[in-house]
Amino acid sequence: MSDKEPLFSAKNRKLLTNPLGTDNPITIQVLGICSALAVTAKLEPAVVLTISVMAVLALANVIVSLLRNTIPSRIRIIVQLVIVAALVILVDQILKAFAYEVSKQLSVFVGLIITNCIIMGRLEAFALGNKPWPAFLDGIGNAAGYGIILVIVAFFRELLGSGTLYGFQIIPQAFYDMGYENNGLMILPPMALVVVGIIIWVQRSRDKSLIEN
Amino acid sequence: MKALRKFLDKKKPLFQKGGKFAKLQSSFEAFETFLYVPNITSHSGTHIKDAIDLKRTMSVVVLALIPALLFGIYNTGYQHFLSLGQTAEFMDICIYGLIEILPIIVVSYVVGLGIEFAFAQMRGHQVNEGFLVSGMLIPLIMPVGAPLWMVAVSTAFAVVIGKEVFGGTGMNIWNPALVARAFFFFAYPSKMSGDIVWIADKADSFSGATPLAHAASLVDATGETATSIYTQHLSDVWNQFVGLIPGSIGETSTIAILIGAVILIASGIGSWKIMASVFVGGYTMGAIFNLVGANAYMELIPAWQHLIMGGFAFGAVFMATDPVSAAQTARGKIIYGFLIGFLAVLIRVMNAGFPEAMMLAILLMNTFAPLIDHYVIQGNVKRRLKRVKVNA
Repeated sequence: MSDKEPLFSAKNRKLLTNPLGTDNPITIQVLGICSALAVTAKLEPAVVLTISVMAVLALANVIVSLLRNTIPSRIRIIVQLVIVAALVILVDQILKAFAYEVSKQLSVFVGLIITNCIIMGRLEAFALGNKPWPAFLDGIGNAAGYGIILVIVAFFRELLGSGTLYGFQIIPQAFYDMGYENNGLMILPPMALVVVGIIIWVQRSRDKSLIEN
Repeated sequence: MKALRKFLDKKKPLFQKGGKFAKLQSSFEAFETFLYVPNITSHSGTHIKDAIDLKRTMSVVVLALIPALLFGIYNTGYQHFLSLGQTAEFMDICIYGLIEILPIIVVSYVVGLGIEFAFAQMRGHQVNEGFLVSGMLIPLIMPVGAPLWMVAVSTAFAVVIGKEVFGGTGMNIWNPALVARAFFFFAYPSKMSGDIVWIADKADSFSGATPLAHAASLVDATGETATSIYTQHLSDVWNQFVGLIPGSIGETSTIAILIGAVILIASGIGSWKIMASVFVGGYTMGAIFNLVGANAYMELIPAWQHLIMGGFAFGAVFMATDPVSAAQTARGKIIYGFLIGFLAVLIRVMNAGFPEAMMLAILLMNTFAPLIDHYVIQGNVKRRLKRVKVNA
């Protein structure tokens, strides 16, 4: 490396922070919506899926970036798929071994990480044209941007839908005695879409530059 | 009246640009135009349909809802005393009903209008009039026993997610009042279905099930049981028509709803095409079920009885005709209405989970209304193009 660049230069830091806000994979690029609907009824699966996606995306980005000059462009999609699939199986097996309960809750959605548009999107758009280190940061950043939305949605859905957070009872029994009831609609998938919609709404009214004409 | 006008004129400058309360201009304007017909006309283009403005239109709809509301008040008291096995004076019945229902109406209006005003203020728009009607519709389609905070949450959801996100009155895809009910139905099912919620403070021994619930139980019943369910709970068609049955506040009395329908049609505000085709659609599906007769529900309930049970009539007259969310073209209205009636009866009979399907049928067709209009217009364009070619 002749053009030595500090590990966390301004450009690299942007790779990490942009996806959290102005370039968020879910609220701006509107990718990975399906899993955002499916796993956000409770916080725990949302957090676990976030970590899984982060592991897969970061590693896949690095591997593809390392191979980027050797992959023939006509078969690049299939090569990327093989890499992602291998990583997903790895994650799935690790979850089954160490967090069996959660992996049962997540069921197919771990396997379906492979179809998560964010992953293929980042491999195509970033990893194929950049060096491993920025690709790694990009993977972490995008997975974190994806995860932060998942966690926000899951926070509201679990709190209002089940009265718990991460499995712990938050809303005191006294409330229920007074007539409070959990909101059954929050458990249903459509409400995840509404919550994502509200997040997008809030984000765009705070940052007018995001509104397209 | 003159004094009021003078008072408004005196205070007006305070709310205009540069005035002390300039920020609250849209709130002031809302009250002023509510009280007096404004003398402002639009400057661009012609889109005059008739002489009344939106606020006056809404007032007529509210007027048309009054019979259903009054009957709802009476019926609430009547069902309460009936379940306790007491006889009560007419006035006692009405007062009891009023005490039960008034809070729901107040909550619906305060929450809904509060949000409407807040949004209008924030965006610098005029306050939307649409909520005058929604605020009255929401209480009428709630069960009597609905906890007030749930009514408040549902109303807030309906106004924000059902209406304001789309841009306010005139822009919404779905009927806001039905969005409130759908939210309530799915969020708090225990307070919106079952036997206990339809009668205020009923005695435990008394069955508070609605005719629709009884009808739904016919699906699994056979032979003697089915006939006895029918003769015991469903054969009293006259009461179902008059409305002395448990149910949502304003939906029970078909007579009161028909009076409202006459007002709406006579004033030209509600579309008779939609109303009529909803009834025809419901009857058609009912008749098909009568022919099929696969279970006791299909066999024993005559097609016309579907039209007076549950919220069918109320939905047909007040919900399906909402000019914003309904189809706009003449032919589209008929297709739209027919499918509402058709689907409502279909869901009622086929899906025991949703004994009252009118809400779902209307929301579904609200979603499809623009599509129906699109194809009606395209069809028209094609037909006329053909005519041009033949002549040339």
